[in-house]
Amino acid sequence: MKKAVFGVIALTILIAGQAFSEEPAEKDTALSAVQIIENSQLAFYYQGDDMKADVVMELIVQGGGKRTRVMTMLRRNETEGGNQKYFIYFHKPGDVRRMTFMVWKYPAKEDDRWIFVPAVDLIRRIAADDKRSSFVGSDFTHEDVSGRDVASDSHSLLRSEKLAERDCYVIESNPKEPTEYTKRLSWINKKTFLPLKEEYYDAQNELYRIFTADKIEDIKIGEGTDDNVFPTVTHRTMKNLKTGHRTEVVYKSVSYNLGLEDKDFSERHMRRPPRSWIR
Amino acid sequence: MVLAVLLPFPAYAQETEDEKNIEIHGFLMGNYSRRTSNQRPDGKEGDDFLLAEERFRLDVLGWTESIEASIRFKGDLLYDHVAKEFDTDTREVYLDYTTGDFDFRLGRQIVTWGVGDLLFINDVFPKDYVSFFSGRPLEYLKKGVDGLRTRYSSTLINVEFLVIPFFEPNNLPESDRFLLFDPFPEISSRKKEEPNTTFENTQLALRLYRRIKNFDVSAYAYRGFWLTPNMKPDDLIAPTRVITFYPDLSVYGLSAQGAALDGVLSFETGYYQSREDEGGKDPFIRNSQIRFLIGYQRQIWEDFTAGVQYYSEYMLHHDEYVENLPAGAPKLDEYRDITTVRLTQLLMHQTLKLSFFAFYSPSDDDYMIIPEVKYNFTDELSVALGANIFGGEEDAPHFGQFDKNDNIYTVIKYEF
Repeated sequence: MKKAVFGVIALTILIAGQAFSEEPAEKDTALSAVQIIENSQLAFYYQGDDMKADVVMELIVQGGGKRTRVMTMLRRNETEGGNQKYFIYFHKPGDVRRMTFMVWKYPAKEDDRWIFVPAVDLIRRIAADDKRSSFVGSDFTHEDVSGRDVASDSHSLLRSEKLAERDCYVIESNPKEPTEYTKRLSWINKKTFLPLKEEYYDAQNELYRIFTADKIEDIKIGEGTDDNVFPTVTHRTMKNLKTGHRTEVVYKSVSYNLGLEDKDFSERHMRRPPRSWIR
Repeated sequence: MVLAVLLPFPAYAQETEDEKNIEIHGFLMGNYSRRTSNQRPDGKEGDDFLLAEERFRLDVLGWTESIEASIRFKGDLLYDHVAKEFDTDTREVYLDYTTGDFDFRLGRQIVTWGVGDLLFINDVFPKDYVSFFSGRPLEYLKKGVDGLRTRYSSTLINVEFLVIPFFEPNNLPESDRFLLFDPFPEISSRKKEEPNTTFENTQLALRLYRRIKNFDVSAYAYRGFWLTPNMKPDDLIAPTRVITFYPDLSVYGLSAQGAALDGVLSFETGYYQSREDEGGKDPFIRNSQIRFLIGYQRQIWEDFTAGVQYYSEYMLHHDEYVENLPAGAPKLDEYRDITTVRLTQLLMHQTLKLSFFAFYSPSDDDYMIIPEVKYNFTDELSVALGANIFGGEEDAPHFGQFDKNDNIYTVIKYEF
């Protein structure tokens, strides 16, 4: 009897010892899942003080039929990882031409959104509650475009893995409030912290949506500073496996730190965007 | 032949995007609206079709690099099958110039103020209700004003000021194409009196706006004329002619729109000061009014938005109006209200749009319903099919009188 108790105690100490010995090692060398996701958000949505990109978005049906949306996007950070303002001006197709869409993003609460309708010269607010709704009919949602609050999901680091020769963290994120998906797996590049692939699983735990970063380019910031670059996803795809529909997005020209000011994101510029922005 | 001339434009539109300082776009549109009843108005334009036309739109934008200025032309060339004639419709033509915090726009321009959805309080600019009731696309509801608009923008306050020297009234349905209520059915002789273009008759409109807390707030002031005609007989005892005229009007109002209650909340109010009849004693001049609107819009599920509004008009000096009303003339209520509902569902990656809009007036017990289905076959080609359905008491001067004009319309559009 005494031997057995001693054995149990010894075993317990051994197991506890293992657990204790593992924790410090994790804390020293690896980032937590939340930190990885936060860094990923900064790399994907918050690079630089501001950004301008000419975007071509193609919506492709399973049979091959294509619809094209061409827009210019401008973004400015108020605080890193915090409030942002952005502006989307549509060039094509005809029924959205010269419309501008402005968002004041607040991570913790509902964004403010406005639209300018040039045919009747009217600016009005848009009801913005469902962030999971599709962005101009594409497979990307409004939330995919502006960024989902890190605190909306609980994150855990599953493993490290190579994806197309690049070292990645694989993170599982589970939404805290019911949403379209129940689980999201993200492959975050260890070097750039950009998400290279995301898998979305529905309520039946079936994979239904895949995001891939198809091309990453180093974009120079400002003039002549060769070593100051922001790695940027310039080709990305979102595929819906259930419908066979996919959306391919190309950033035709990207520039950072243009010196945009807070007051540039105003009603005035929705009606009359400066030439330098949209040409 | 017309098509052959127009063919190069789409190609030119593609080329010029990147190279020169000019952008050309437009569309080719077929717009047809047929009355569902088999009744026709009298006269040469009385037809089963309220509207049957093809339009070629040319939209040209040109700008200079040296100064922040641009010129814009937006006009239609159309063939009207009902009137059997060609016509042109210059929608907008203006010069834009920006300097510092000021933006100027000179010329014919469409201006929209206020936060109502198809209900207008501080939008004191002319509207084309014929287009709206006939089934033309919504942009045709607004008419351009000819004048100078000055805008000043700053973080403290924004100001928009319009000077409109030329008078342009609302375009209301008339008996040539519509079967409608006529308050003077026995008198066929009609005369229109519009304010002359003089210095004193120049209309002025001012809007001050800024964000307050989480709301976009505007204050408005207008000095001009009623855009909806008033009618009076030339003589009370033995009238031989009905005169349509536009009395003096000033409007002062406020509006606010912001995100609240998981949606968008809108308020608007305005005081309509009928300057030629302040006491309300002249029965042929509209009395002063107070108008009020509250609206709420929300996205209920993916790609489905719903909006509701409540609007009311309160006639001031109603007692004086009633006392002075000639025998037999229709009596307007002191209080008139309208509720509206708008439902929009987008499907198939937002290429198919189902919409439903309805006005219902509890005070007048009349209504108008507008259902529509619109599909984008490609990014350039779209087809819409809809209806304008009127109902309610026929002898009232609002929606009910158009009951015999229920119509089904279609819009086929190719954009470039």
